[in-house]
Amino acid sequence: MHEYSIVQSLVDSVAAAVPSGAIVQRIEVRIGEVAGVDCALLATAYEVFRAGTLCERAPMTIERIPARWECPRCGGAIAPGAFLRCTSCNEPAHLAAGDEIVLQRIELEVA
Amino acid sequence: MCTTEKPTPLEIQTRILARNDDTAAHNRMHFLERGIFAVNVMGSPGSGKTAVLEATARAFNGRGIAALAGDLATDNDAQRLIRAGIRSRAITTGQACHLDAELVHHELHHLDLAGIDYLFIENVGNLVCPAVYDLGQSANVVVLSVTEGEDKPLKYPTMFAKADLVLVTKIDLLPYLPTDLDAIQDALARVMPDPRVILLSAREGFGIDSWLAWLTKCRSAMEVMA
Repeated sequence: MHEYSIVQSLVDSVAAAVPSGAIVQRIEVRIGEVAGVDCALLATAYEVFRAGTLCERAPMTIERIPARWECPRCGGAIAPGAFLRCTSCNEPAHLAAGDEIVLQRIELEVA
Repeated sequence: MCTTEKPTPLEIQTRILARNDDTAAHNRMHFLERGIFAVNVMGSPGSGKTAVLEATARAFNGRGIAALAGDLATDNDAQRLIRAGIRSRAITTGQACHLDAELVHHELHHLDLAGIDYLFIENVGNLVCPAVYDLGQSANVVVLSVTEGEDKPLKYPTMFAKADLVLVTKIDLLPYLPTDLDAIQDALARVMPDPRVILLSAREGFGIDSWLAWLTKCRSAMEVMA
């Protein structure tokens, strides 16, 4: 389970982004369906880990991004569960969305 | 000065693993400058990763290849690879279920890479976590043994989606198993855009020639790019 090490990197990323003295009120992350991160485990890990950090008062919102495979030539979508190759162009599909592990937004209270 | 009641939003849009990715890029540059083709070898515990690397070491007569072997505990795999005739060092991760770029970078300083053309980074046996961390490798190879079940790729799509090659190992056991190779191929095609598969028996040597040919071809292509 690597979600704890991702939370460690997340809190480090927040610390690097906010000005000193600012109070973090909320954070938003985007996690892709095939990014290899379990959202429930990530949420649990965050709740455990954030105590005593600058994220202590900041609930986390997770936006889960569905996987979207497309043909790199014609842009046609590949149906979930189908072979990852375009039936028209015979091109291997390209992952257009769904591998995100992104800190999207931080809400701050600035004194 | 008044206090702002409304929270101030910061649109960040930064990769959470940016620091790991930066270190991985540093490792990758290190490999490219030296003409080293680095392979991240992943797979379940017991899938035969170390056995494949032992067979690879023998096929290269121990020349031009080195390995880092990741495990939670023990340096058994690194010792096996040293006995197979190659330079090898263990990375023991403690409780961590995967290697990251920093662990690899640290260990690279203790491994003599002079004369090395191929570096194999044997990841911790796990089909989930290692897929998330870039190490700076040139290619991902997933080792899948025929005893694991045909639907493993469907159960662990992220790992297989990132694979450049799948080595289907222990095929000398096929006469004793109900395993259907076509079902494995079918599952791979639903999670890998361009599934490349080599059937292999590390014990009997079947498929080793194809595996070496794949490595050689990939390293040649890398040198053209560098």
